[in-house]
Amino acid sequence: MDQFLYGLPLIGLVFELIGYLIAILPDIAPIVVKASVPIGFAALCGVMCERSGVVNIGIEGTMLVAAFVGWTAGVYLVPVLGSEVWPIFGATPSLVVALLCAVLAGVVVSFVHAWLSISVKADQIISGTIINIAAFGITGYLISLLSKGSPAGAGQFHAWTPPTELTDLPVVGWIFETILAQGPLTIGLFVIVIAFQIALFRTRWGLRSRAVGEHPRAAETVGIDVIRLRYRNVMAGGVLAGLGGAFLSMEATAVFQQGMTAGRGFIGLAAMIVGRWTPLGAFGAALLFASSVGISQSILILPPSGQLGDMLAKLPPQFFDALPYLITIIILAGVVGRSIPPAADGQPYEREAAT
Amino acid sequence: MSDRLSRAWGILALPLISIILSIIVGSLVIIASEWLVAGELKPGLALDAYSALVSGSVGSFRAIVNTLTNSMPLMLGGLAVGLAFKAGLFNIGAQGQFLMGALGSVIVGVQLRESPVIIAVPLALGAGMLAGAAWGFIPGFLKAVSGAHEVVTTIMLNFVAIAILAAAVSGPLNVIGSQSPTTLPVGNAALPVILGRNGTIAIIYAPLMAVLYGWLLFRTTRGFEIRIAGASPDAARYAGMSPKRLIIWTMSVSGMLAGMAGATDLLGATHQMTTTYGTTVGFDSIAVALLGRTSPLGIVLAALLFGAMRTGAGAMQIQAGVPAELVGVLQATILFFLVASPVVKRIFRLKGARTGLEETTTFTSTYGGEATIR
Repeated sequence: MDQFLYGLPLIGLVFELIGYLIAILPDIAPIVVKASVPIGFAALCGVMCERSGVVNIGIEGTMLVAAFVGWTAGVYLVPVLGSEVWPIFGATPSLVVALLCAVLAGVVVSFVHAWLSISVKADQIISGTIINIAAFGITGYLISLLSKGSPAGAGQFHAWTPPTELTDLPVVGWIFETILAQGPLTIGLFVIVIAFQIALFRTRWGLRSRAVGEHPRAAETVGIDVIRLRYRNVMAGGVLAGLGGAFLSMEATAVFQQGMTAGRGFIGLAAMIVGRWTPLGAFGAALLFASSVGISQSILILPPSGQLGDMLAKLPPQFFDALPYLITIIILAGVVGRSIPPAADGQPYEREAAT
Repeated sequence: MSDRLSRAWGILALPLISIILSIIVGSLVIIASEWLVAGELKPGLALDAYSALVSGSVGSFRAIVNTLTNSMPLMLGGLAVGLAFKAGLFNIGAQGQFLMGALGSVIVGVQLRESPVIIAVPLALGAGMLAGAAWGFIPGFLKAVSGAHEVVTTIMLNFVAIAILAAAVSGPLNVIGSQSPTTLPVGNAALPVILGRNGTIAIIYAPLMAVLYGWLLFRTTRGFEIRIAGASPDAARYAGMSPKRLIIWTMSVSGMLAGMAGATDLLGATHQMTTTYGTTVGFDSIAVALLGRTSPLGIVLAALLFGAMRTGAGAMQIQAGVPAELVGVLQATILFFLVASPVVKRIFRLKGARTGLEETTTFTSTYGGEATIR
């Protein structure tokens, strides 16, 4: 009974916290969604690769290269293609072609990872590490060469203005506003998450990919080309990472900065684990992690009152930066809800010798 | 005699070829990027850049001392990652352990800044090693208890370390009245200089740790267990070793070495800490361990090479106008060719060459599925 009474003030605090979160939700939701986009794309890339049995910790580097190529392509394309603004998303021809370049860059980097891990059968974690080191080096080298002339990029995508009939709806209007009053890559992410979830669990491709990730030998026996499918999926993951990188330098900002991914590729990996290697779960985790950023900002601007406010004010702001990683460690360690990777994840596939 | 020579060639061939290939790729990058950006084709630029790189790193007494100073944290970090590799563990967390080591040493160092050097230095260095060991213990413990893969947990802990460091420096360690958050300098806890202007005692103890590393691995029972566990976990278990204890022990010692690297950088070079304190030493350590193929002598040489490249980078940027980041490109290309060594071997017809990373096949193979350590 005593123990129960000890718990009472704590329960009160939890309710206060929930109340505060609900109150600030409409305000922080757009920030959270924006922050979740690069993490979400990185997490989807991770799901795509690891579901088919290739560990990819080079997502951070892949995104960085894509962000750089997208911005740089813009610099060179504007004089050629001009910047006539189309009526939607503030898109210009150069911006759209630059986006394609960024995606292509993501695919190329992923191809290197696929080649090293599938064909060369090098250790996949070392291969990913090298991609990260190389991406940081080469983009850092090139940007400090390029920025001597301080060129302007192709600008950035703008947010869409959804019809007011939707956003003015009572109670749910802000949800439409949050999702639809965004740039093309953010809206695209929502579509991709749902499409990917359906594709992975409801289509032939999805079944085959999962089979290749869980038991490649069995998959090969029923006639699936394990090597080819892994190559294809890792490169498709490159498309996703490329979009994530492009978001950073072409939608969230209009510039490229050295090391601008700032660990988002790694948080994406964490989101993939917390989301148990499913697209929907991974994106949910990305939203959760991003809200850690949103909450820390709103506490600074609009602190909650009373006991809860005092407690939160005592926490160092860095606590919220560390929170996603702590959650991931706790989940990985199996303290709450164990998360288990696909069985053949990380193992190079050897075809059985024809005899 | 020729037998020994061919053995030595077998070990050295791939690292040397990787280094030579990366120099070639690097010069192509220099020439091509200059051509793309400035529109001029200057083949001599690569030569200018490399000669500035060499003279900036080993061209004078002062440059050599700088190279040695820069190499020591890399050496310790390389030993940290190498030890884990030997046991079949991939410690990507060297970066986090490095930061925690630096933080531990600055906390104690600032406290003891007016104590006698003979007390302050060992205690501050020891605190860094202890903090690094603690940060290495966590992923080891988690892996032993729950099978959580050390690659993921150490990556997460790297970011937690960054947050803790920033919170500590902007909070309790912050000097009141300073413009931006920063700690006090470590004063007497700074590593004593024994060579030139900034050559600290790290020049002595880091190579000594490499000797200890070799002794541990090849002359002790524990080292034998580590090598068996790295080569074949099943064999280790059948021989009655306890993989759980071995994992925890190895990760803690690996963390201790990385923490020592952090303490060496802080007490030997920066002497105080800001919220943005952090070098890429932790990540470069992975490169050092791979290039040195986890052997003590190899790690020492690889650390000296990377340390020299870091040191000469500034001179290269000033004298040849080639960005210092080229060093990162060179390091990554060396690694690329090392990892692609099966292909390199085929192209250069190196039958006898050893890739030297045979044991590393074990860590991703333990990544998938439900892991249980028996």
